[in-house]
Amino acid sequence: MSNTTPTAQKYAPGQHPELPPPFKTRGVMLWLRENLFSSPTNIVLSLLAIYFLYKVVPGVLEWSFFDAAFTGSDRNECKAKAGGACWAFIAERWRLFTYGFYPAEERWRVIVAFIMLVVVTIAILWEKCPLRKPLLGFAVIFPFVAAFLLVGGNGVKMLVGLACVAVVLLLLYRGFSSALFFILAIVAALAAKIIFFGGVDVPFTSIHINGIVDLEQYQQLSLKRVSTDSFGGFMLTLVIGVTGIAFSLPIGVLLALGRQSNLPIVKYACIVFIEFIRGVPLITLLFVASTMLSYFLPPGTTFNLLVRVLIMVTLFASAYMAEVVRGGLQAVHTGQTEAADALGLKYWPSMRLIVLPQALKISIPSIVNTFIGLYKDTVLVIIIGLLDPLGIGRASLAATEWNGLTNEVYLFVAVFFFISCYAMARYSIYLENKLHTGHKR
Amino acid sequence: MNDSVNNVSATGRALGDSTIEIRAMHKWYGDFHVLRDINLDVKSGERIVVCGPSGSGKSTMIRCINRLEEHQQGDIIVDGVELTNDLKNIEAVRREVGMVFQHFNLFPHLTVLENCTLAPIWVRKQPKAEAEATAMKYLERVKIPDQALKYPGQLSGGQQQRVAIARSLCMSPKVMLFDEPTSALDPEMIKEVLDVMIELAEEGMTMICVTHEMGFAKTVADRVIFMDEGQIIEENEPQQFFNNPQSERTQLFLSQILAH
Ligand SMILES: Nc1ncnc2c1ncn2[C@@H]1O[C@H](COP(=O)(O)OP(=O)(O)OP(=O)(O)O)[C@@H](O)[C@H]1O
Ligand SMILES: [Mg+2]
Repeated sequence: MSNTTPTAQKYAPGQHPELPPPFKTRGVMLWLRENLFSSPTNIVLSLLAIYFLYKVVPGVLEWSFFDAAFTGSDRNECKAKAGGACWAFIAERWRLFTYGFYPAEERWRVIVAFIMLVVVTIAILWEKCPLRKPLLGFAVIFPFVAAFLLVGGNGVKMLVGLACVAVVLLLLYRGFSSALFFILAIVAALAAKIIFFGGVDVPFTSIHINGIVDLEQYQQLSLKRVSTDSFGGFMLTLVIGVTGIAFSLPIGVLLALGRQSNLPIVKYACIVFIEFIRGVPLITLLFVASTMLSYFLPPGTTFNLLVRVLIMVTLFASAYMAEVVRGGLQAVHTGQTEAADALGLKYWPSMRLIVLPQALKISIPSIVNTFIGLYKDTVLVIIIGLLDPLGIGRASLAATEWNGLTNEVYLFVAVFFFISCYAMARYSIYLENKLHTGHKR
Repeated sequence: MNDSVNNVSATGRALGDSTIEIRAMHKWYGDFHVLRDINLDVKSGERIVVCGPSGSGKSTMIRCINRLEEHQQGDIIVDGVELTNDLKNIEAVRREVGMVFQHFNLFPHLTVLENCTLAPIWVRKQPKAEAEATAMKYLERVKIPDQALKYPGQLSGGQQQRVAIARSLCMSPKVMLFDEPTSALDPEMIKEVLDVMIELAEEGMTMICVTHEMGFAKTVADRVIFMDEGQIIEENEPQQFFNNPQSERTQLFLSQILAH
């Protein structure tokens, strides 16, 4: 380029002022030449790609838009109208794809929960979101609120339960620094059980301490119960996917830290857990969820299918997450922990403030990768009889008037998954750029 | 060896009580006896320079003082607190001992200011505003207040090392440990860091400094310690140490290091 040739000096030595960087004046032709046709290989590849697009894109557009039927009451009507896709099918069934068999008059609850999810997600992901602080606080209790909205039940009981859980968790958190609070947390949990939730059986005796307040008499905030068996479609995908994503990261971080712990019991417990869960296919875990969980949980606990699936999917993703985070932890230079130690930071602050932010930042691509994998794996629940979008699709295809519209169904579901997953991928790139500080060395 | 009157430095300054006492300290890495019978007494206000060939255990020794490395035998007492496995003691010692590393070890995801305020806020429980005011004071002292809102990755090596010094000073430590603070720096940056260290020494900071900057040793050290193969071979005031080294190994080391 011409501006690399030396020109007469305009300024006296040492007197050169600071100038703004040069403008990028670039035309389309220049861009094309630099990016698509810069070398013979590049030219061949570009032409091949263009030829491929020319062959494929028009056909796809033709089938899915220009020659597609958007209305009609059955397949034959579609065929009569157009030779391409029959979207009338989707137009008729989209509620089923969205809500599954959730009762029509209660669907507003799903919508409210979804709006809350969107708001909470925006607050978490977008730093400049207005009212971010209170919204983040709400995010903590959102899982409970959402569960209540979707399943229904006694609202007063839910609120009291939430308050009790909050108090116990707060006390447990303080318990990290003083054992007194730890004991208080146990006392508070017992007290809550006795006062509000039907009392307790004293272990090893036949004594039963009766509950004090019966919350069932307060029905003002109650919502009609909806069986989780009627959950289905995209709503089910979101329930499983969001639960898995929200819980697998923190659990995975704890497992990863545990795996690096100096305490042998913690360390080996984490290793055994991670390796066991990773070594078994998710399907198997889903099938044996009930038997497996009864090993870890007190006898007599029963779970409905959805809760079992949620737990298993979360644990499965957590094990993968733990390994992803461990990779990140190992990539953080030991000098970082040494500097934190030398400044007098204790283990948890040092992890939370110094090591984890860096480890998680390094692992963002793999974390999001795991999220996407988990999200797509939710369709596996079809095998144990839950109706995810694919399940709904297959069921719908069985209807005689829509028989044979496989392409439309799978394309529709694919587009839904693609949009969600692509959004996650883009956000991950945005986050990487935002967290990038200074030069890469 | 140390024939000066108690609590008066070799250079004639009045010194306080012992801040660091190391008695018959040994350390092994596996079977490798890396530190052998280390005895060292550092008075408050004293400036000590440690030198010796590579692999002689200098870093290991000063890292034992704030328990970045664990010693297996002998006692280390810092500011009246004995270093044992007791986490309380270790934390107490680390609060009072600042450390500057060869590779700075700044926190890359935090701004310069946040690097400096992190420990005061989380360890000393200072209010944020107060911590920031202190941090700015020390950043001014190391002459980079205008970089406070940048990230470490955007600074030069010399600037980063000065931030690292400021970060340690923000904890108002009683002792500062330096592990080859200038050996990762280009020559023109070495001076700016040494200037800061000299200033610090003149203000009476107790310092132990592993360095091969003999000019620095001559100007500020009260005592120079020479280590080889995990032992303290020679210990003397700088004048004597450089002009009249006692042991053969010291002579060899000095001839090598002063040759260029
Ligand atoms: N973590 C470790 N495990 C085993 N051996 C180690 C470890 N760290 C250091 N060593 C060994 O201990 C000896 C002393 O190391 P140290 O880092 O203290 O030397 P140094 O005097 O600081 O050297 P340098 O001038 O190169 O920094 C060296 O021989 C080194 O190989
Ligand atoms: Mg060293």
